[in-house]
This record gives sequence, C-alpha cells and structure tokens, in this order.
Amino acid sequence: MTTQHISLTVNGTVREADVEPRLLLVHLLRDVFEMTGTHIGCDTSNCGACTVLVDGDSAKSCTMLAVSANGHSVKTIEGMADGANLHALQQAFWDQHGLQCGFCTPGMIMQASWLLARNPEPTEMEIREGIAGNLCRCTGYVNIVKAIEQAASELRAPASTDAPAEPAVAS
Amino acid sequence: MTDMMTETGQLKETPQTTEGVGGMGHSVKRKEDPRFIRGQGEYIDDVNLPGQLWLDIVRSPYAHAKIKSIDASEALNVPGVAAVVTGKDLDGYKLAWMPTLAGDMQMVLPVDTVMYQSQEVAAVIATSRYAAADGVAAVIVDYEPLPVIVDPFKSLEPDAFVLRPDRGPDKANNHIWHWESGDRAATDSAMDAAEVRVSEDIYIPRIHVASIETCGCVADWDPVRQQLTLHMTSQAPHAIRTVLALVAGGAGLPIYEQNIRVKTHDIGGGFGGKVPVYPGYVLAVAASFLTGKPVKWIEDRSENLQADSFARDYHIHAELGATKAGKITSLKVKTIADHGYTDAAADPSKFPAGLFNVITGSYDFDNAFVEVDGVYTNKPPGGVAYRCSFRVTEAVHAIERMVDILAHDIGKDPAQLRMENFIQPEQFPYKTPTGWSYDSGDYPRALQKALDMIGYDDLRKEQLEKRAKGELMGIGISSFTEIVGAGPSHDFDILGIKMFDSCEIRVHPTGKVLARIGVQSQGQGHETTFAQIIAEELGFPVADIKIEYGDTDTAPYGLGTYASRSTPVAGAATAIAARKIRDKSRKIAAHLLEASEDDLEWTNGKFSVKGSPDKSKTIQEIAFAAYTNHPAGMEAGLEAVDYYDPPNLTFPFGSYICVVDIDRGTGQVKVRRFVAVDDCGNIINPMIVDGQIHGGLTMGFAPSLYEEISYDELGNNLAGTFMDYLLPTAVETPAWETGKTTTPSPHHPIGAKGVGESATVGAPPAIANAVVDALWHLGVRNVDIPLTPQKIWAILNEKGVTA
Repeated sequence: MTTQHISLTVNGTVREADVEPRLLLVHLLRDVFEMTGTHIGCDTSNCGACTVLVDGDSAKSCTMLAVSANGHSVKTIEGMADGANLHALQQAFWDQHGLQCGFCTPGMIMQASWLLARNPEPTEMEIREGIAGNLCRCTGYVNIVKAIEQAASELRAPASTDAPAEPAVAS
Repeated sequence: MTDMMTETGQLKETPQTTEGVGGMGHSVKRKEDPRFIRGQGEYIDDVNLPGQLWLDIVRSPYAHAKIKSIDASEALNVPGVAAVVTGKDLDGYKLAWMPTLAGDMQMVLPVDTVMYQSQEVAAVIATSRYAAADGVAAVIVDYEPLPVIVDPFKSLEPDAFVLRPDRGPDKANNHIWHWESGDRAATDSAMDAAEVRVSEDIYIPRIHVASIETCGCVADWDPVRQQLTLHMTSQAPHAIRTVLALVAGGAGLPIYEQNIRVKTHDIGGGFGGKVPVYPGYVLAVAASFLTGKPVKWIEDRSENLQADSFARDYHIHAELGATKAGKITSLKVKTIADHGYTDAAADPSKFPAGLFNVITGSYDFDNAFVEVDGVYTNKPPGGVAYRCSFRVTEAVHAIERMVDILAHDIGKDPAQLRMENFIQPEQFPYKTPTGWSYDSGDYPRALQKALDMIGYDDLRKEQLEKRAKGELMGIGISSFTEIVGAGPSHDFDILGIKMFDSCEIRVHPTGKVLARIGVQSQGQGHETTFAQIIAEELGFPVADIKIEYGDTDTAPYGLGTYASRSTPVAGAATAIAARKIRDKSRKIAAHLLEASEDDLEWTNGKFSVKGSPDKSKTIQEIAFAAYTNHPAGMEAGLEAVDYYDPPNLTFPFGSYICVVDIDRGTGQVKVRRFVAVDDCGNIINPMIVDGQIHGGLTMGFAPSLYEEISYDELGNNLAGTFMDYLLPTAVETPAWETGKTTTPSPHHPIGAKGVGESATVGAPPAIANAVVDALWHLGVRNVDIPLTPQKIWAILNEKGVTA
C-alpha cells in the first residue's frame, strides 16, 4: 500500500512519519510514535478515551486520519505535565479520586483541558455537558466533576503560572 | 492467634493510626494514580513485543448456520497475512472446544456449526493490526442458515430443535440444569394460608459490562525455553493459568503449568466481563504456538458487545404471601435463565444460579422456595456478572419489587412495610429459609438514615400535591442485602479449585514492605487499600508498602477479583499474614529488649515493655534485627504468607431512596435525587469506598434506564455498538448522595465486608420502584427495566395520559 509522508507537532516536538493514508491518528500516536497514553475504547466516537487536542481543539483521534493531522499540532496526555510538575487537572483528578481503572482518564483530562480553555469558570452542568462525549464506567462522574471544578479554580487563581501554553503549529 | 481472635469484628469508626501511617479509616490518596494521570498506565494494548504478530477474527453474520466451506486463499494473498486458522485446524489438536468455568463446553472455533451472531469462525494472523483486518475481510465463508431460537421458553418446548447435540443422546433437549433451594412443601402450604398473595413476572434483560477497555492479550510462546507468557485482561490470572495447563494437557501440547506465566498489567475495568476465557485468548496462544512468535489479539468494541459474555437474562416469576397487615410469610420464585448456546457463567460449581437464593433479602420470614432452570438459545454465552456477585442483582430486584407491590396492594407505605418486616439487629447471626447465615446487620438504622437524609415525609406530601395536579412523581426504596466474599471452601469452588485467597508479605531489612496478593485490581485501588491493611496491622506507613498482583510467577495463588471478594477474602489473608509477622516481631522485640514476650504490648507500630514505655522497639528496628540480630534458634527474615478460607460470607447491606419525575409527554424518567446509605462494615479507605459506591450506583442506574442487549427473531444483536448500547454520560448520571452506617462483620479479621457491587445490586429496584410508584394510581403494577421513554410513553398513551 502506498504511504504518505507527514510532519506534525506532537507535544511541542516535530514528528515525521510515512503512513498509509488510512492510518488513524490514534494508531499513529500509539503504534508509530509509541505514545500509549491515548486509549481506544470504541469504534463509534462515543467513548472519548482517544481524545486529544488538535490545534487546541478537542478531537477524537480514533475518528481522524493521521494524514489529516499533517501540518497540525497535537497535544496528548503525555504533554500535560511539565516534567515532575503535574498539570492542575492531573493533580485534581488525583486529589479528588477522579479515576479508578484510569483507562478513560487521559481522554477525560484532555477534554477537560479543552473545556477549561474555553470556559474557565464552568457551572457543574456545563462541566457535565462538556465531558458528555467521554464515557467513564468506574467513577459515576461525581469525582470527575469535582476534579474539574478544583482545576478550574486553581487555573483561575492569580498566582497560577500553570496556564497551558499551546505549542506552535508546525509549518 | 490471640490478636486475631480479639481484633476480629471490632468496630472501627475512627482511624486508629496517624495520618502519616495511613491505616484503616484514612482517605489515603491512591498510590496507583501517578501513572494513570500521566498516561503511563500499561494496559493490554500498550504491551508490544519484538516480532509480534496480530490476530483478528472472522465472525459469523448468522445466529445459527452450518459452515459449508471456508476459503482463505484470497486472505493468504493479502500482504502481511501469515496464516488463517479454522475450527478444522484446531480440531486436529483437539482444541476446537474448551471447557467453560461452569463445566460446560464452548467452541474456540466451530468445526461445522455457528451458534450465535458474531461467533468466532476463523482467525487471521498477520504482521500488523491493519493487515490482519484486511485478511479478515478477504476470508470467504459459505454458510447455510439454520432456524434460530432466541426465546428460552420456546427453546424448552418439546418440539424445539436441539441446539447442542454434542451433549449426547441422553440430553436431547435445550434444558441445561435445574436448581432449587428452600422447602417447597412448607412454602406451598404457607402460601395457601396467606391472607394476601401478590405475584408478578419480572424480566431482567441481558446487559453487558462494557468496561471502557475491551479484552485482549499478547501470547508469547518461546519454543526454546518451552515457556508461555500470556499478557492478558484477566480478573483471575491464576485460574486462567490452571485452565490453560489443563487444556494444553488435554491437547497433548508440551505446555506445563510451571512454564505458564499469566500477567495482567493494568486493567481498564472488569466488572465480571474479564473473568471468562474467551476464544480470542486461546486463538492467540495457539497462533503463538504455531508461529513461534508473540501474537496480539485486541477486541474492538463491537466484538466486545456482540460476542463476550453477558449478564442477567433472567425471566422471574415471583409470588409473595403475607398477612392482611403486611407481614410477609412466604416467597416462591420460578426462574428461567437464558444462558445462550453454552453455560459460560463464572458461578461457583455448586451454584449454577449463583447466590440467587439470597432472594429472601432483608426480611424475616420462614418459608421460601426458589427454582431456576438454565436454558440454551442461539445467543452468545451468558451468565457472567455485571458488577454483581453471582445473581444477587436479580434476586434483590425481584424481592424489592415484590415488597413494593405488596405495600401498594395493601395500601401501606413502602418504608413502613419494610420496617415491619426487617430482620432485627438482635436476630443476627440470622439463618435464612434458603440456608444462608447473615453475619451482621442493622437494617432499620440504614433505612431510617436514608429516610432522614432525603426528607421522606415531605417528599410524600409533595407527591400528593403533584399528583393532584396531574404531575408524575415517584419515590422508590430499596433495602438490599448483599452476599459477598466467596467463599468458605466447603461450599465454594470454581472447576474444583477452592475459593480461598492469599497474601504474602515480605518485610525488608530497612523497614520497607513488599506484599503480593492473590486478587487483582481492575481499578479498585488495591495498591492503596491493601497497603492500608498492612499499615493498620504493623504500623508501617502506607508510603513504605508496595503491593503487587497480577503476575502468576510471583503472586501467591488466588481466585481473583470478582463478586466483591477482594476485601472479604484476600483482605483477610493480608491482615492475618501481617499478624503472623507481628507475632514473630514480638519474639524479636523480646530478644532485643531482653524481656518476656508476655511483658510486651503493641501500640502505634512498636512493642514496648508494659509500664516502661521508653523501653521499646519500633517495627522498623525489629525488621532490621530480623536480618542482623535475630534470636538464636529462630529463622532469619520477616515474611509471612496466608491462604485465607473464610468461615462465612459477608453480608453488606444498605437502603437507597430514589425520587423520579416523569415527563407526561415523552415518558422520559428523570432521577431527581438518589440517596444511598451503605453499610460495608469497617471501612479501609472512605474515599475509595465512596468511589466504589458512586460507580456501583451508576452501573445500577445504567441498566435501569438505558442498557439492554436484545435480539430480533433471527438472532441479530440490536445493541452491538455504543450507538445502540447506551452507557450513561455525565449529563444523565445523577449527583449521588451517599451516607454510611457501620456494622462490622463479626467473623472478618478487620470487620470489613465487600463493597464494590452493593450499589449495582441495590440501585435498580429503587429506580424501578420509584417509576412504578409514579404510575401506580394509573393501574401500573410493574414495568421491566430498562425504563426507556418509549416504554413509559407507551404505558402513558395506553392509560390516556397525554402532555
């Protein structure tokens, strides 16, 4: 099968690959780039375990072709922490027991980061609606909502220097 | 042993250790979370080995068909495809069939007949995920469709064709087994004498656990070392190892148990669905054996929903007898259990209908009789759990629905009727008419707390006002009794293996601890809670304790995690192993302090001489001495192992109250409030217990309103993807309100009971009771779950209720 050369930025680093046009973005990340933090939970874009940010927008990477990400900037769960310093959302999910098996967690955190970038002060219902495309089977969502509330509050705090910086789009 | 006896069952409502130690009762943040929140967990699809091949599966579009031919020639021409394996190939190795955990037989691949839609028909092995899928698309199978039975009642009719002729001429029907419990004659006469009798047919539909991670494995056969390493999604890795060894032995393959290593890694949710042995696992092992290379099989979601084991599918007929005043006297239940084409339940051997006879619930009466018949149909194998300990959800649903119907029939408040029928606290241990011995409980206290939390009396007033205005509001109660912690070995085994569980603790010289357990975490947080048990018993800080599981080469043998058995069984083993270490520590401390063992007392992680608290040795000092200065005549080191065989099950309980509002125009049910008061005995980690209850409630809510796997008359699965099988999102899921009472288990070493499944068991009847309560005045006695808008709208339409 023919391949196509692509170049994209993943968590701030330019990555290149020769891929089949049919390769899904999630398989590019997991199988080609060996970044397995992004998960696959369904075939139908319902579960959101594969959620990443593409140019800052929430995207289900199981429903996007790798070639469609050519020239764009992708952020995954692996890009959330700054070395040893957890992102406010990661810390909040830990603090609030917002995860159990952890399988939906990367997608949930990426979706929440998208939500808070657009709505820094969401109500409980806005949080619930904001993560409606991400299924969790373990937690019953109560503590996920609390975690996102905690992170929202911390990211709004004046002292916070933790504002997520989007990487530059690769040309 | 003295410690064990005195400490068993003691009430621990407040933490006995400091926050720094983090023993029982502390909401210690989870030790496993740092890897998960960074995306550094290691789930099955994250495991990749050098030279790995991929396996994908050809599945049947028909629910019942003869395989006329399988043409793999085109598939073998697909770039990257290495092999195609069919049932005939496996038959040559006597591997076309394998035993189920229930002792029935199941096909790995069919030799000639497929029995359900999406059944495995052939396996394609290729060099990549995509090439394997291409190969699957290129395999040509010629089928001859056969008649289909999806209705278990039709399956039992005398002229029904026989689905499983492999069982031989003696079993020329579709009846699998009959199981009964209780006293039929006594129950019949009590029922005849009852002043009030209520009966109802209740169907609990097929559902699927749908953990967000599907199933999969990487099978790695090393032909030189004759070693099989199976990385897999399993809730019971040791049992899998033994089954594999037996199957391999039966097939004459040189794969012996000492050379089989099952590793589970991190598991993305289990809920019972990862207990069975699915054909995909066996195919990957066979493919690795044939190719000498690692072979990976990862299910996709539609395969998971269409072919993996299902839960429930119980057709229950229940009859309750009572006095006019509402005192229950008798219960009689007849149930048809649809198991699909094979009984692949993971119930203990003696209990083909699980612990369904716990159906007398929280109520004190003398006469009960329960019978269940297992039946084959053209559906995937059913009968595993859905976050439920062996058919308890079905039992609780039936009794809680029946009690509510009785209350409504005689015009008594459902809360009052429950209070008047509860087993009272002083009656424990309580022997039920079906033979269980409930360990402890205080049912009135839990219900009263729930009534107080939700403001029950005000809600009833509001309901009357709303009803007068034509609004549909309902209040539903469920006062459930769970039965978990299988189990005592005299009654409980799976394929003959007794259901004990285990813990091995090693204390290192620097006072750090490694403990390995026979159970498994699928998200429950064992790395934290089992460390807390050891911290409680020995005083080591939780931070100094590492818990390992899920590697059969290192962990002690155990039966795994399902049916809420981790804490009741392996948790007990952990406490007892720790106490063995404490007993040895006492001897070492006596040696170090030059004191008599009897003169030492144990407090806050150290032994001190009675009356001289300054003369003491910490557990860390003792650990160092165990390797550097142990007494003459004593073995060096500080380790212990315990295989715990519980004397009884534990019986968690609770009372749940649900308030619903129903839209007259659409039939949509909105859960306005849900209060859950749980009692799981002494609590190890309150934060984790609340999390378990939140999750359990959501998995009780889901099948109550949304989830059902149904089939058309041709056996087509009507909910085979997440587009049709509706998991609740954060939008629908209520903001759960939780409360606790604490009634320790008197026989458990730390007074704990299981908790993971209580809420899944308890929630559905609270919701169903609330919906029927909202509709009772219209003449509605029962509505089967899921309570979908279509179903409710049809009822409202029939009753002439419109927007």
